[in-house]
Amino acid sequence: MQPLTRLLEAALFAAAHPLTLADLARLAPEASRAELVQAVNELREHYEQGEHGIELLSLADGFQVVTRPRFAEAIAEAQLVQRPRKPSRAALETLAVIAYRQPVSRAEIEEIRGVNVEGMLRSLHERGIIEVVGRAEGLGRPLLYGTTSLFLELVGLGSQDELPRLEELEVALRPPTEQGEFGEP
Amino acid sequence: MTTVPIGASESPFVVRLDAFSGPLDLLLHLIREQEIDIADIPIATIADQFLEAINELGLNEAADYLEMAAQLLRIKIQLLLPRPFDEEGWEDPRAELVRRLLEYEQIREVASWLVEQVSQQGDRFPRGWLPELPERPPRPLHLTVEDLLLAVEQVIEAMPEPVLHRVVPRPLDVEGATTRIRALFASRDEVNLWEILGDGPTISDILSSLLALLELAKIGFLHLAQHQPFGSLVINRATADPTA
Repeated sequence: MQPLTRLLEAALFAAAHPLTLADLARLAPEASRAELVQAVNELREHYEQGEHGIELLSLADGFQVVTRPRFAEAIAEAQLVQRPRKPSRAALETLAVIAYRQPVSRAEIEEIRGVNVEGMLRSLHERGIIEVVGRAEGLGRPLLYGTTSLFLELVGLGSQDELPRLEELEVALRPPTEQGEFGEP
Repeated sequence: MTTVPIGASESPFVVRLDAFSGPLDLLLHLIREQEIDIADIPIATIADQFLEAINELGLNEAADYLEMAAQLLRIKIQLLLPRPFDEEGWEDPRAELVRRLLEYEQIREVASWLVEQVSQQGDRFPRGWLPELPERPPRPLHLTVEDLLLAVEQVIEAMPEPVLHRVVPRPLDVEGATTRIRALFASRDEVNLWEILGDGPTISDILSSLLALLELAKIGFLHLAQHQPFGSLVINRATADPTA
């Protein structure tokens, strides 16, 4: 491995959260962007080919060194590491609405989910998975919410763009059909 | 918890309400179970089933479901009203509900995808992840009064001595300085500051002399002048030459 790759490995090992290219650039100011990307790729391949227990992941607009899934069971069973608490189905529904509609107000989320989400928003906000990104212009200037990089970490996405595109979902959002298509009640 | 048999007369099935994340979820379930075309919902039947299902809800959960029930009943009533002859202006009252259901179904699908993602990501442990500390109450204390007194004593002993600022009286002798300056001017009309201060003055000597000079200048005995910044102070008898 070239020295730059070893430097990045050290930083990625020490970091608790994914490091972005900008973070890595602070580490080695003399290295160009292309050199950094090349070093990251070299490290990724090193872990791939060398049969390591860890891998390099593109996560939350950055990079992170994580253990390979196939060892998760053994590690968790030996109680060496406690698995993080998984968010509930209702929490993920709320996050789905926010991820696609951000910036979005509480009222809009409630309109789509059909339930009160006040407590849910507070809890997600406290855990740093969503953040307040501004205020709407309308009546009462309600707070607008957006997802954070912690959300991408939680759901294992490299970036916001990796969310499935709505038109690729099985149920495409169709506008209400022509009146004639509705049968007699 | 809340298990309600629905439509027991026709097709008996049981709905567990705590399995649903909201009224839209329940509604979609009812529609799915009976293989109904979402665009052509038999509102009357669905509304009845919906009301049956939420019958035993707790008060807090009920609000969201009741709102939906009210909407279903409103749509049911609207459909019972005779339509205008001109079908052009008629809008199916179910259209808005269908739009919401489809939109919600999409979100539900994304949520399912996210559940899978979270589960996969949960198998990858990052570095520096700290497990949440278990919440344990502090262990009960077992000690005697002697132990407690001993502990108090140790705390008191460990306390640092309070640092008091000691003020040393160092009185200024303005009166003495005044006498000395007056004595110097008895024989001359001009004196410089160093002569007044004398050899090796202490801080209080300097302060006393300065205060004495200012006092004498104030009563008109002296005239103080400094011709340039940081230049030496010229001290004259004021009456001798006021222009100096």
